[in-house]
Amino acid sequence: MIKKDLKVINKQGIHARPAGLISRTASQFESEIKLIKEGYEVNAKSIMGLLTLAAACGSVITATACGKDEKDAIEALEKIFAAGFDE
Amino acid sequence: MIIKKGIGANIGIAIGKAYLVKEDSVLIEKLDLPKDRIKPEIKRFKEAIAKTKEELNVIREQILNSLGKNHAKLIDAHHMILMDPLITKEVPEHIATFSVNAEFALSEKISATIKKFENIEDPFFAERKNEIMDVAKRIMANLSNETKMEIKDLKEPSIIVAHNIYPSDTLQIRKSDKVMAFCMDMGSKSSHTAIFAQSIGIPAVVGLGDISRIIKQGDMLIVNGEDGTVTINPLPEMIEAAKAKMAELKKKESYLLKMKNLTTATRDSRKINLMVNLDPQDDLSEFKKNNTDGVGLFRTEFLYMNRNSIPNEQEQYEIYKKVLSCEPKLPVTIRTADIGADKASNIGIKGIKNEENPFMGFRGIRLFLKYPDLMKTQIKAILRAAYETQAQIMLPMVTSIGELITSKKIISEAKNELLSQGLEFKSDIPVGIMVEVPAAALMLDQFLNEIDFVSIGTNDLVQYLLAVDRVNQYVSELYDPYHPSVIRVLNLIIQTAHKKGKKVSVCGEMASDTYGCAALITLGADSLSVPLKMHLKVKEFIRNSSYEKLISLRQRLLNISDSQEITEIFKGI
Repeated sequence: MIKKDLKVINKQGIHARPAGLISRTASQFESEIKLIKEGYEVNAKSIMGLLTLAAACGSVITATACGKDEKDAIEALEKIFAAGFDE
Repeated sequence: MIIKKGIGANIGIAIGKAYLVKEDSVLIEKLDLPKDRIKPEIKRFKEAIAKTKEELNVIREQILNSLGKNHAKLIDAHHMILMDPLITKEVPEHIATFSVNAEFALSEKISATIKKFENIEDPFFAERKNEIMDVAKRIMANLSNETKMEIKDLKEPSIIVAHNIYPSDTLQIRKSDKVMAFCMDMGSKSSHTAIFAQSIGIPAVVGLGDISRIIKQGDMLIVNGEDGTVTINPLPEMIEAAKAKMAELKKKESYLLKMKNLTTATRDSRKINLMVNLDPQDDLSEFKKNNTDGVGLFRTEFLYMNRNSIPNEQEQYEIYKKVLSCEPKLPVTIRTADIGADKASNIGIKGIKNEENPFMGFRGIRLFLKYPDLMKTQIKAILRAAYETQAQIMLPMVTSIGELITSKKIISEAKNELLSQGLEFKSDIPVGIMVEVPAAALMLDQFLNEIDFVSIGTNDLVQYLLAVDRVNQYVSELYDPYHPSVIRVLNLIIQTAHKKGKKVSVCGEMASDTYGCAALITLGADSLSVPLKMHLKVKEFIRNSSYEKLISLRQRLLNISDSQEITEIFKGI
């Protein structure tokens, strides 16, 4: 399993559209991917779970991936977080 | 006839028939299914998903054509919700494990998710649950084969009344459509529906509590987005009055539009500086079109809200740059963040919550001086953005000279840092204070040696002077900007500043009120700053008044003993 801290940098945080982007990205991988904020854990492939994170701009989220494509999965997430979800 | 009061979410008046959007709050029945019914039940659920998917595709297409790509993206998110494993995987599992009907399984899964939203404090994120509710309702409707009545199917112009209007409903409505106004039980000024109503320009009142249960299909309504009222089955004379008001608003609007390009001067050609108050989220093109004399107050506390991190220098710089480059020749007064009081933030500053008396508490310059790095970051961003513009810095809530000296020290430290970083900035930026605490008004002569200008914040000055909390319903009627003591203090501030050759600007609601504006000009204020939407109205008033006449009333104004007298003094001005 690999682990990585990611920062939310877009202004509105993880609202519906970024949540869609994250779950779409995560769904491309076989690995089990989780996002954790302040101990609260959700499935990164579930947009609904992501919405309940209430991650505002500036929040730091721990992403974990477990599976044979875990490295690629984390890299892909890192990329979209760093791009501020293209907002 | 009943009048209900809610929150005005978008201004304007509409008179028309109610169209009640029924809430499908039918209780979901739990059915225990025999083993052989499980498979067909899962199939039925999958069919409902497929049908919902098609529905969303159609809506997406409509939105793309009418509102554009950005709005259509919301439907993409709805697609994702529909395809969420929580729905596509867990609901069928729930049906199989517990041998229950699809409706019940779906509602169990959805309510478990919705429950998680209840712990979210941030209203922006808490509102996102509507997105999920929206999709869940569509699936529900498709399960029961009910045809969902769509707002777009309306046959005659109507006022939409609902418990809550969901994002996909609002997206289907266009200005040209048959929706005249909205009113709903739920919602706040920041809810999706309110923002939508503003963007398409129809009147809306939200947060009405139980209006969807009181109104019957086809009831006659008057929706007044200005004062946030909805009148149900109004008396004929009320309809007449509302019609007259609508016509008046329309006439006024076109009349005011014509004034955009005229200068702000009195009948006897005395130029009055009329500026506007802006927030970072305001529409700058609207500001540009209004042809103002500058920005008398640019509020920055909103940059710190709805987030849990501190905006960094670059982020702030870009926001200030945007407003400063909009009209680079005009003065723009940027107020350092007045966080606290009614504008609390959750950026992680301790001790800001649960103050017994927040208006007299930890806010404005008091807070910044406790967190000097926070202040320095903002000052640096302002200084850089101010390069080659007419920007000035204003400090809020200054009460004693020590606070001013420390603030100025932070400003010069910020300048030194920028200098050593080799960055361009406005080294001679004027610094002023907002006079809103009576102590600062009384001590102004001492402050003046240290500042370049004075700005009066009447809202807080009045409430501190009269010891009236204007958001406290029991005493708010005692809040009185015409109180003789207010007039005297304003006069003291203006006279003291003028003696030392310093200019006085006034921001605060008093400046946009007819008599307040008249009183301020009479007392000699150098410039007035009003909300953008009041700008043309105040301009009209100034253009119709005579400076000479106003000045001649000065002595009478200073001698009043009761606020009522102001009305008499300025009547017919």
